[in-house]
Order: sequence, then C-alpha cells, then structure tokens
Amino acid sequence: MGARIKQRLKYLLGGDMIAGLALTFRYIFKPKVTINYPYEKGPISPRFRGEHALRRYADGSERCIACKLCEAVCPALAITIEAAPAADGSRRTTRYDIDMTKCINCGLCQEVCPVGAIVEGPNFEYATWTHEELIYDKARLLENGDRWEPLIAANLAADKGCADGGKT
Amino acid sequence: MTEFVDMYLLPLFWILVGIVGILAVVLGGTAYLTLAERKVLGAIQLRKGPNVVGPFGLLQPMADGIKVMCKETILPSKANVVLFIGAPVFTFLLALSAWAVIPFDAGLVLADINVGVLYLLAISSLGVYAIIIAGWASNSKYSLLGGLRSAAQMVSYEVSIGLILVTVLLKTGSLNLSKIVQAQQGGWFAFSILFPMFILFFASALAETNRSPFDLPEGESELVGGFNTEYSAMIFAMFFLGEYANMILMSALTSILFLGGWLSPMDSLAFIPGFVWLALKVALCLFVFLWVRGTLPRYRYDQLMRIGWKFFLPVSLIWVVVVAGVELTMGTLPVGG
Repeated sequence: MGARIKQRLKYLLGGDMIAGLALTFRYIFKPKVTINYPYEKGPISPRFRGEHALRRYADGSERCIACKLCEAVCPALAITIEAAPAADGSRRTTRYDIDMTKCINCGLCQEVCPVGAIVEGPNFEYATWTHEELIYDKARLLENGDRWEPLIAANLAADKGCADGGKT
Repeated sequence: MTEFVDMYLLPLFWILVGIVGILAVVLGGTAYLTLAERKVLGAIQLRKGPNVVGPFGLLQPMADGIKVMCKETILPSKANVVLFIGAPVFTFLLALSAWAVIPFDAGLVLADINVGVLYLLAISSLGVYAIIIAGWASNSKYSLLGGLRSAAQMVSYEVSIGLILVTVLLKTGSLNLSKIVQAQQGGWFAFSILFPMFILFFASALAETNRSPFDLPEGESELVGGFNTEYSAMIFAMFFLGEYANMILMSALTSILFLGGWLSPMDSLAFIPGFVWLALKVALCLFVFLWVRGTLPRYRYDQLMRIGWKFFLPVSLIWVVVVAGVELTMGTLPVGG
C-alpha cells in the first residue's frame, strides 16, 4: 500500500519526467557520434560489397574465362555475358554488362567466380545523375579493376582463408 | 497641417516602425528557432544537427526558406481552395498579431492596452479556427481527424490557461502586461505561491502550441501529419512558422507572467537592458520546449484529455481559491489597477 502511494505521488509530482529530462540533459554534453560524411568516413570491412570490378592477373591479362557462373547465379539478373574465342584460342568475354540499377549487391557473383575475376570492391560512392551511366560495360568494369586493384588485393588478403579469399 | 502631422502621421510612422521591428525580431527568431530545435534534438540524440550550410549551420534557415519557396504548392482537387489557403495565412497572422501587446522593456510595447491578457486569450483562441478550417478544407480524413483533435485539445487546455491567468491577476490586479511585470519587482511569480501554476502554465503552453508531448494533432505516426497533411511548399511553411512563432509567443508570455519579464534577476545586473533579459528568459523557455520534445513520448489521446480536465483544471481551480484566500487573509489583495 505504501509503495503504491509513493508511486502515485511520484507520478503526480512528475518524478519520472524529471528523471527523463535529467537524462536527456546529460546527453546534450556527451560526445557526438555523427560522422561528417563527405569529409569523414566510417571504417568499412574487407568483405564490404561495393562497386563491381573485373580484375586482371599480374601480367595484365583478364582473369575472366566467360564461364557465365555469375550470370547464372545472379538473383537480380543484372549480369549479361557474351563470349567468343580470343586470338590465342582461349575463351574470353566479348560483352560483360552489369546493370547496377538491378544489382542488389548480394555478392554471389564474387562467391561463385572460380578465378576471382568479378569482385565487389570497397567503393560505394558511384551515384550518378542518369540511369544510363549505371549500366556498366566490360570496359568500365576493367577500368574499375585497374583503379581499385591495390585496395581490392589488400581486402582479399585481409580476408584470406574465408570465402574466395584464397583464390589467386 | 503641422497638427495633423504631429497628431496622426508621426505616431503612425512610429507604429509602423515598431511593427516592422517586431516582425523582424519575431520572424528572425522563428527562423533560428527551427535551427535551434534541430541542434538541440541532435545534441540530445548524440547527433550534430545541421552544420554544413554556413558556420555551425547558421545559414540553414535561409536554405530551408529558399527550398520551401521553390517548391510547388499542391492544391488537392476536392479542397476548398479559399479556406485551404486562407487557414495558414490566418494562423500566421494570429501568431504575429499577438505580439502587439508584449512589452519588451519598460514602456517598449506597441499597444499598451489595459486588457492585454484578454487580447492574448482572444487571439490564441482564434488559432483553433485556423487549424479546424485547415483540417476541413483539405477534404482528407487525416486532416479532418487532426483538425478535430487539435480543436479539442486547444479548447481543453485554454480552460486551465484561463484559470491560471486568474491566479496571476489575483496577485497583480491588472490585465495590463506591463503592470504584471512591474508587480514582480519584489519577486518573480514563479518563485512564489504561484510556482505550481508556473509549471501548469508551461505544460498548458505546450498543449496550446501543439508541441510534444501533446503533439497529437500532428501525430505523424498515426495521422500522417494531422491537419497539415495536404499542405505543401509555402502554405505549409506558413503553418510551420506560425507554430514556431506561437512557441516564442508562449515563451514570452511565460516569461512575462511568471519570470519577471524584462526585470533583471538581481539589482547588480540591472545595467543590462531589459529586452536582453526578456530575450534570455524567452530563450530559456524555448530551450525547455525543445528539451521536453527530445525527452517525452507523445501522450495517448485519452491521457491528454484526462490530464487536461481531471488534473490541470481542478488543480488550477483549487489554486485560484487558495491564492484568493491567502491574498484576502493577508490583506494583500490588489484593488483597482
């Protein structure tokens, strides 16, 4: 009975409100967690699934062997591949398109790739003004690979022993 | 001719100057209150708030203003256009016209009328019309429900505000706001027998301005924004600015009625001009407005009504009797005024 009266009294005098207000007042002076995004960036994982890239071997030849596993596994049907024999008789892609507006960044293409050609790199700032700019062709993907190769290689090394990190 | 100039033209000129001055201060304050709100809420939630547009985000209100003016005004096809556009204009008009009787300093008041408190009550009661008209004219169920809620809420809390004002009037014996401030020369009403009324008045002011935790008329989680659901662009901004101007007005009223208006807290600080003190007190009240918004969750509708009619109203009614009784037995009841 006494506890009940005490509780009623606390309610009537706004005890809970005062406790809440005191808490929020203390929070005003706490350090802020905001990251000033364009100027500051948060850390990203080595497994981060960002913009796609097609990698090359150290000698500059394309890794992709046009097995089309990525095209088959892609749940969003974002990848389109056409293949033909190259001059040296090996199987190469003549077309490798990714519609980035369809892509759901699931990373299955990277998981399934037997040669570590298609990867999702660390870049996530590839917004554009138009839809067309987001339909990537092979040249664009290879260019991404060349530009991001140091970071991609470092991330894959950091993630060694997991998923396809061991692929050379 | 000179008589005409002296008697009419010159006073008219000074009144216009006063109006422009008050408008500039209130609108500037309103614009920066929106920034302050975002900053304070951000700080409470461990965020930084706007800090990109200008130093410390100080130009954010301008950016928001430009944005809102560039937007398209959407008129619902089934809306009553005249009332739909008229309602926010009316809200804004009321929020600004109430400032006519607010004394910024000793003698620094646009209209020093002897029924200032009644004028303010009348103006703030009219605010209900704007909101209910907006809700009805939108021809949308959310707007209508928001408008009805708002009307019920504002009417409920106006009753206790009226009674709280009576307790203040019992101490001052005047409806003139300047005289109410002067009556606090010996001690602010917030630190007297009127302390509970100070708290109730502030809580009622929250309800009266539709602020959290009494922001049911907006109810963005259940009413999609309430009475202003269908509003966009500048006519929405009118509602928005009207609400913020009302917040400043209610803070000014709290300062004048309970916190000694332009009076300085101690004699040694009296060299600082009165309007600075008033501004500081208003800023303090506004901070509490924002602080409360950052802390308390919204009341349920039945809780809102219960607090208004079963708590605020009886307590303020009892306090009218208590204050009157104390004044009568102590023989301090002010006569005339």
